[in-house]
Amino acid sequence: MSVSLAAPVEPVRLLASRTFALCLVELQKLRRDRTEVVTRAIQPALWLIIFGQTFTRLRVVPTGDVPYLDFLAPGILAQSALFVSIFYGIHIIWERDAGVLAKLMVTPTPRAALVTGKAFAASVRALTQALVVVVLAALLGVSFDLNPLHLLGVAAVLVLGSAFFCCLSITLAGLVLKRDRMMGIGQAIIMPLFFASNALYPVTVMPGWLQVLNHVNPLSYEVEALRGLLIGTHARLLLDYGVLVGSAAVAIVVASAILGRLTR
Amino acid sequence: MEPDEPAVRIDGLRHRFKETVAVDALDLVVRRAEIFGLLGPNGAGKTTTIRVLTTLLPPQAGTVEVFGLDVRRRRMAVRRLIGYVPQALSADPALSGRENVALFARLFDVPRAQRRDRTAEVIDAMGLADAADRPAGTYSGGMVRRLELAQALVSAPRLLVLDEPTIGLDPVARAGVWERIHETRARTGMTVLVTTHYMEEAAANCDRVALMHRGRIRALDTPAALVASLQGEAANLDDVFREYTGDDLDGGGFKDVRVARRAR
Ligand SMILES: Nc1ncnc2c1ncn2[C@@H]1O[C@H](COP(=O)(O)OP(=O)(O)OP(=O)(O)O)[C@@H](O)[C@H]1O
Ligand SMILES: [Mg+2]
Repeated sequence: MSVSLAAPVEPVRLLASRTFALCLVELQKLRRDRTEVVTRAIQPALWLIIFGQTFTRLRVVPTGDVPYLDFLAPGILAQSALFVSIFYGIHIIWERDAGVLAKLMVTPTPRAALVTGKAFAASVRALTQALVVVVLAALLGVSFDLNPLHLLGVAAVLVLGSAFFCCLSITLAGLVLKRDRMMGIGQAIIMPLFFASNALYPVTVMPGWLQVLNHVNPLSYEVEALRGLLIGTHARLLLDYGVLVGSAAVAIVVASAILGRLTR
Repeated sequence: MEPDEPAVRIDGLRHRFKETVAVDALDLVVRRAEIFGLLGPNGAGKTTTIRVLTTLLPPQAGTVEVFGLDVRRRRMAVRRLIGYVPQALSADPALSGRENVALFARLFDVPRAQRRDRTAEVIDAMGLADAADRPAGTYSGGMVRRLELAQALVSAPRLLVLDEPTIGLDPVARAGVWERIHETRARTGMTVLVTTHYMEEAAANCDRVALMHRGRIRALDTPAALVASLQGEAANLDDVFREYTGDDLDGGGFKDVRVARRAR
């Protein structure tokens, strides 16, 4: 009797304690690479300063009464989080090559905890980067809604989005297994994900086929929610969060299932 | 952990990678509390056997038990009993030595109250106290090996699995590693399974050794008995090795050296 009661609790406790340990270790690692925050901020800065300011002048993208730079800023926020997260597929292959992954796999640790630790690291990086992008955008004159509740919502969206793309990337790494192939794949999927989303332009201007892609692209839901929370455009927040939670959960499960392939 | 079961029991284990038969109908018993040496030329199948034993590779045929627990069905329970030092150097270079060890203490549920002391204790025992707070990326090869031993020992494993623990180390460092293995074994009564190419090392340190060649055990006994079994001019374990593997080490050409060097 007591056994059947205790049985379901044990895996949950195990998962929680291992996830905590692995998140902690990721924080210890992140503490040592603070300089990267600056170098990683260069690309989003260029998008905002050059692309954003130029297209604001051109007025070719129909964004209603919202200035284009305001419209663009949440898209760049999502983009920079995407770039950070997609890197984790290469990172996990690097850890495999360094022998670190195999050793972790031989400890009594559920695969899901290993994957969640990486997703957490991606999220923390994405959040620090988001801070830089938000400050930069504000300096360029973007007027964000600074309601603390909204900012909390923004953080949640970025965490979920980063978790999804990090796990997507780990899944792809588990399929291709080689670092150079993974680099190619990272390059090959980042731009399609980005362009087949509403990050740069509203859905209404997309051709029909692109709209279809946009609808199955979690990045679009991420951008929609960020835009709704930060500059008050129309957003289906319930749907957006639903899609992000669902896709992050599925991605964690799939990545955990495929992780073992890396050490065979 | 079943009472009276040997530390390791392998029955009819086979493992192939595409055309390569790495392990071929292997039978092996490692008794409790012995230091057991698995010897063999490059490509003999030692690492593959160990990777099955440590649950990294699912056995393709045959059964493998660790203290009576089947590695296929009782994966988590088996992992709790094992401390593993893989062939390639594999401490996380971005973490300090202490953080590397503390992570493993958490992953093996060392109680919180003892974690700090146990971590410091094994770091001390491995002679790393002075370097403990430096990133492991700055360690020399010998220091990384000792750090890995500290990681493997912090959980007080019942079975310590070492895949060529002394490869690439200078003679002093090699002697240091063995000294620490003997010390810990004397204190805890753990079982040690070790692979090596160094005959004199096996003769000096192992209670029993098995010679493995092309996926099979060719001879198994105490080092002294193996040497004695070759009447006549045989003087040491090197000769025994040559006798059983022949001079045709074609299981170990260039290709295998390359595979062995690639970090896993
Ligand atoms: N992941 C792999 N994919 C394909 N072949 C492999 C793989 N791992 C090992 N092999 C092959 O299996 C055989 C046994 O390799 P294994 O690494 O078990 O040998 P070993 O005894 O540990 O050798 P070494 O002393 O060089 O470490 C070799 O022929 C090797 O090329
Ligand atoms: Mg080997």
